[in-house]
Amino acid sequence: MMLPVAIICFPLVMAGLGFAISSNRRRPALLPVTGFVHFALTLRALAYPDTIASGEWLFLDPPGRIVLLLVSVIYLLCSVYAIGYLRLRKDQPNQVLCSCLQALLGTMSLVIWSHHLGLMWVAIEASTLLTAPLIYFNKSQRSIEATWKYLLVGSVGIALALLGSFFLAYASYHEGLPSSLLFEDLLRRAPLLSKPWLHAAFVLLLVGYGTKMGLAPMHTWKPDAYGEAPGLVGALLAGGLTSCAFLALLRIYHLCSAAGEGAYAGRLMVFMGLFSMAIAGIFMVGQRDFKRMLAYSSVEHMGILALGVGLGGAATFGALLHLLVNGLNKGALFLSAGNIHRAFEGKTTDEVSGAMRRLPLSGTVFLFGFLAITGSPPFGPFVSEFSILTAAFGAGRLTAGGLFLLFLLVVFIGMGQTVLKMVQGRPSAQSRVTAYRDGFFTGAPILAFLGLVLFLGLWIPDPLNALLTDAVRYLETRS
Amino acid sequence: MGVFLDPILVLVLLLNIFALGNSRIPSVIKIVGFQGALLGVMPLLVHEHVGVMAVLLSIATIVLKGVVIPWMLLRAMREAQIRREMEPLIGFLPSMILGAVAAGLAVAFSRQLPLAKEHLGPLLVPASLATVLTGFITLTTRYKAISQVVGYLTLENGIFIFGMLLVEATPLLVEMGILLDLFVGVFVISIIVNHINAAFSSLDTRKLSTLKE
Repeated sequence: MMLPVAIICFPLVMAGLGFAISSNRRRPALLPVTGFVHFALTLRALAYPDTIASGEWLFLDPPGRIVLLLVSVIYLLCSVYAIGYLRLRKDQPNQVLCSCLQALLGTMSLVIWSHHLGLMWVAIEASTLLTAPLIYFNKSQRSIEATWKYLLVGSVGIALALLGSFFLAYASYHEGLPSSLLFEDLLRRAPLLSKPWLHAAFVLLLVGYGTKMGLAPMHTWKPDAYGEAPGLVGALLAGGLTSCAFLALLRIYHLCSAAGEGAYAGRLMVFMGLFSMAIAGIFMVGQRDFKRMLAYSSVEHMGILALGVGLGGAATFGALLHLLVNGLNKGALFLSAGNIHRAFEGKTTDEVSGAMRRLPLSGTVFLFGFLAITGSPPFGPFVSEFSILTAAFGAGRLTAGGLFLLFLLVVFIGMGQTVLKMVQGRPSAQSRVTAYRDGFFTGAPILAFLGLVLFLGLWIPDPLNALLTDAVRYLETRS
Repeated sequence: MGVFLDPILVLVLLLNIFALGNSRIPSVIKIVGFQGALLGVMPLLVHEHVGVMAVLLSIATIVLKGVVIPWMLLRAMREAQIRREMEPLIGFLPSMILGAVAAGLAVAFSRQLPLAKEHLGPLLVPASLATVLTGFITLTTRYKAISQVVGYLTLENGIFIFGMLLVEATPLLVEMGILLDLFVGVFVISIIVNHINAAFSSLDTRKLSTLKE
């Protein structure tokens, strides 16, 4: 009973505490404390599933368990990284950053636990607002522009999701059912919901939460935000927050398939997924700014998630596994890209070359992270993308499967050009010489992220496998 | 449904068009604030028996949408000392006509919608859709950062009207959460507006164009 409340509120309390501490030097030490406690509580919640309901509003459904684990691991590793990063950024006050990071963990946990459409909406909107100061951390003209676009596009998108949530409630009101926004009630009465309102609601929620996920064509905030935010924030957004938005969309999709409208919703998801991959591929070819390149990679992988879920059947398992490995892989990529950015004081291929010489660890992790995210064996994304692909061909969805392969290839070539230019060769004579070298706090987390991605490619431990199959079963029943 | 509901909704629709045709940003902020305060009265009218919850929601809405948020935006404008006239993408008369067309379309469209019997008569659904469309028109045709925020507020007002169809579905806690998020959102935005002004010496969002492919 108390556990969900503790997981959600502890980070919020720590955020308040962080705001009260006046020392810029000592404050970052709170971040890993929050991370460890949150991780321990998460493991406890997953080990004892009977502790995971608190009233009707807070309930951890099986897909939510996967996202909770993912968010907790990403935050933990990022919080260790933050100590090293903030030591290097003594010039900037970190009070707002530290508080917002911890509060963000709290609101993301609330998104995951909430079993009520309205509550989930409130939590997602709160996490959007908490992210704005994080993107604005560098306080430059460019970061203001990125923050403004993020706030405006994000707020409008989420406003549409609210309208969609109301439409969904109206779908049950219209049929004379008691109108409720509790997922449990909606799922139970799903087949009775008014179809036209359900369709309209799904479209609005797809656009709204799709904006938050960064599906094309609502992805326009993403390259700007990820490009200007610190690598640490990029990792939390691309691995954690977008996964929470995906979870929200997954719950709506589940509701639609429970209502017998899975085919309609699935078609839209497949289309959005492939479109996002195509747009990402187009913008990645010839991309010189490597942080923006990672943002497009995030658009691509959100597309893969939507595609996998939309295809359904065996692809659902692949999509859920992909959710995990993509989040972890994004951690390795964004944090090592942050290190490279710091060592060269530049984030385009004009300024950065020979990263493996100057930063043997970060350069190597970035290179392997690139190989992993583009689906090279033996890393995790290979396994998940392969299972989505075989599911697509197995179900006779030849066009979708073929396009999926084609876009993966385009992305591989586009991303490869940029990454190889960065890591190979020697640092050019004009490149700025900086004092930054990889240390324990900035090096260990990226190794841990990459290690986990490799590990999940080789072996999926039984408890994790159980989590994934439970979630697949949960999503398939009532459909 | 109270007999006062439809007159209020007609007023809301007129305010939409009035806001689109006004060239001075402070006036538009006040118009949209007044619209928000009007919406705050609605929870008291849509139900026969008025509970504590409806009263609380009503007070919170009037205070936040009608007073606090407009005050924050006006203050942000004063501090940024920006020019008070807007330079829209399309002129004021065309945008008023566009707003009127949007209202007409909303009425025609909501006739087509499968609505519950008790919602066929009142203007709730058309007013909601027309206000959402007005919000989009403001968002897309105005360049000043503050005017875009006002567009977002109009959009939220439209969604709020739709929420009135479902008062019993959305518990007080969620309604309050939505209002709180809106308030914090505008608060954060008004801070950013100030920083945009300090960094670019302008609130023209066309200047925010460094980040592109």
